[in-house]
Amino acid sequence: MTVASIDALQAALRGQRYFASRGLATTMFLSLKLRRPLFLEGEAGVGKTEVAKVLADLLQTELIRLQCYEGLDVHHAVYEWNYTRQMMHIRLLESRGDRPTEAELFGPEFLLRRPLLQAIEDNGKKPPVLLIDEIDRSDEEFEAFLLEILSDFQITIPEIGTIKAAQPPAVVVTSNRTREVHDALKRRCLYYWIDYPTFESELQIVLAKVPEAPAKLARQVTGFIQELRQAELYKVPGIAETLEWTAALVALDRDALDETIIVETLGVVLKYQDDVEKVQGEAVTNMLNRVRAGV
Amino acid sequence: MNGALLRNLLLFGRVLRTLGLDVNPGRMIDLVTALEFISIGSRSDFYHAARGLLVHRREDIPLFDEAFEVFWRSRGRKLTSLDLRALGERRRFRRPRFVPPPLVEESMASTSQSTNASDEPPLIQATLTYSEREVLRQKDFSDLTAEELKAVQWLMAEIVWRVRERRTRRRRPGHGRLIDFRRTVRLNLRYGGELLDWAEREPKSKPRPLVIIADVSGSMERYTRLLLLFTYGLAKALEQRVEAFVFSTRLTRITRQLKERNLDRALREVSHTVPDWSGGTRIGEALRTFNFEWGRRVLGSGALTLVISDGWDCGDIGVLREEIARLQRSSRRLIWLNPLLGSPEYQPLTRGIQAALPFIDDFLPVHNLASLEDLAEHLANLTEHRPERRQVSIRSALPSPSSASRS
Repeated sequence: MTVASIDALQAALRGQRYFASRGLATTMFLSLKLRRPLFLEGEAGVGKTEVAKVLADLLQTELIRLQCYEGLDVHHAVYEWNYTRQMMHIRLLESRGDRPTEAELFGPEFLLRRPLLQAIEDNGKKPPVLLIDEIDRSDEEFEAFLLEILSDFQITIPEIGTIKAAQPPAVVVTSNRTREVHDALKRRCLYYWIDYPTFESELQIVLAKVPEAPAKLARQVTGFIQELRQAELYKVPGIAETLEWTAALVALDRDALDETIIVETLGVVLKYQDDVEKVQGEAVTNMLNRVRAGV
Repeated sequence: MNGALLRNLLLFGRVLRTLGLDVNPGRMIDLVTALEFISIGSRSDFYHAARGLLVHRREDIPLFDEAFEVFWRSRGRKLTSLDLRALGERRRFRRPRFVPPPLVEESMASTSQSTNASDEPPLIQATLTYSEREVLRQKDFSDLTAEELKAVQWLMAEIVWRVRERRTRRRRPGHGRLIDFRRTVRLNLRYGGELLDWAEREPKSKPRPLVIIADVSGSMERYTRLLLLFTYGLAKALEQRVEAFVFSTRLTRITRQLKERNLDRALREVSHTVPDWSGGTRIGEALRTFNFEWGRRVLGSGALTLVISDGWDCGDIGVLREEIARLQRSSRRLIWLNPLLGSPEYQPLTRGIQAALPFIDDFLPVHNLASLEDLAEHLANLTEHRPERRQVSIRSALPSPSSASRS
């Protein structure tokens, strides 16, 4: 499908149960229209990766995901030669008293296509959505390499030649900001910082994603998470945690929050011992009272 | 697009550039293109389009917002960018509220006044005899006269800084246990399927980033000047990333200021940036700010952390203990440099040091040149292994100081 306007995109995203703010929708829309990569930054669990998934569903195309890590190199990101097949081929020809030429040994049939190559290669289908996830985990070398791909959408394989995308894929790059990504890379993209949602929009997400949750519970959980985000925690819970916690409480057949169940299930929400210790006893009661007063 | 809007857009771009945003003509062309796709009547859409294209750092968003507000609100009035410039300047070049400690050039000026020898070129480093050097090497930084200070600066510049590299996950052709299949296949093409020659790959190493957090509070005043020089020297000498912060009551990042090529200018920039020279010390709070705002961004890739402080703390000891523990957990190695450790009768008895000691990997002196040389050697000879750490509860009673190594 082609997206006609920002409103249409926002509505379509809502149809996929993704509630994008107007700002995010505008940036996504422009990224599609200008064919520029979309660079999303934000704390963990605010739905950065989800944007790419939803976008792929929306455009009814394939999602190709590249998870970044330190030391990620061309062999894992772009292409690799299938050595076992190459060796077999050599042996096979050998038994017939033949010898392979280099050109045939390094031909397309021995090429293993990794995510970036898959995304760029023209296979007659619609251009895919390419998700480059957690770029901040990769190192500078890979970032520099990516810079080249994202500006021209072409890859050069010495043995085969240059492969250029007929239609560039829609690219979504995400970062948790555990380190600064180089400006040169960000400059090629449209940038959007995804913030934690407001109470209303988070409640909307919870109700859509965990439909079996009672309305009261959903409100309380959302309210409590919003309270937690105000507290001085080392790792503030994201939307992912809100959803998980709601699902966990539903699984325990709860329809409201109380002190005991909060303390018992806090491990779903807080992942640092220091933070768990901070949210105990009186702190819980106070937060819960504020939530109840608000609901 | 009508001409007035285009002109305004370009002017807006210029204003943003003056404010320090990374806006170039290419981005402006993108923005003009983008406006074809959105309805310009909607202020919010226009705002997000401009922001998505012109801003690519979260820190810049508030600045952009303010500029946007001022620039696009009062269309009727005659606009100049003057008040906006002032807006940028207020943020970036704040006047110092406290008097900075005397800097190098001032002390030099006072020396030349008193000795009245300003036309003689400073050839100190060449004229120092061995024994003079030795005396200087051992003399406590706080006892230096202005002239000796100059000499020490020269000697400090001679220290060779090198930090033991870390092995990365990246490989390069070489001799290691990993087989480079790509090269192996090529090498053995001529043997017809028999693998006779093996090509190998070896891990690549990379320098570790360094993070320096220095105390510039009142009790450290006599050391501050030289320790800043030391930080500057390190940042200059090392090829890796060096992040520098100073604190007394609050934390200030001075990495950018230290990038200045000229030493005096760099120090002057620093003194203008730091709002609370020689104030009281709140180590815990400063470290908390660091942990929350910077830790996750600058402590990646196996960073080493150097904390420089005498441990005199007037803040909450509980906070200090908690934050130093967190800092240790996020650093590859946490090194605490204490100028007081130089004196033989010093006992780490202040509450601050007592709280911090169990969470420090190396507790080293920085009070004279010799100790800096030792530090240089220590950094160059770090082991590849993680430092051994004892599990210490943050809430435990006062720990024994012996759990940290003292060189």
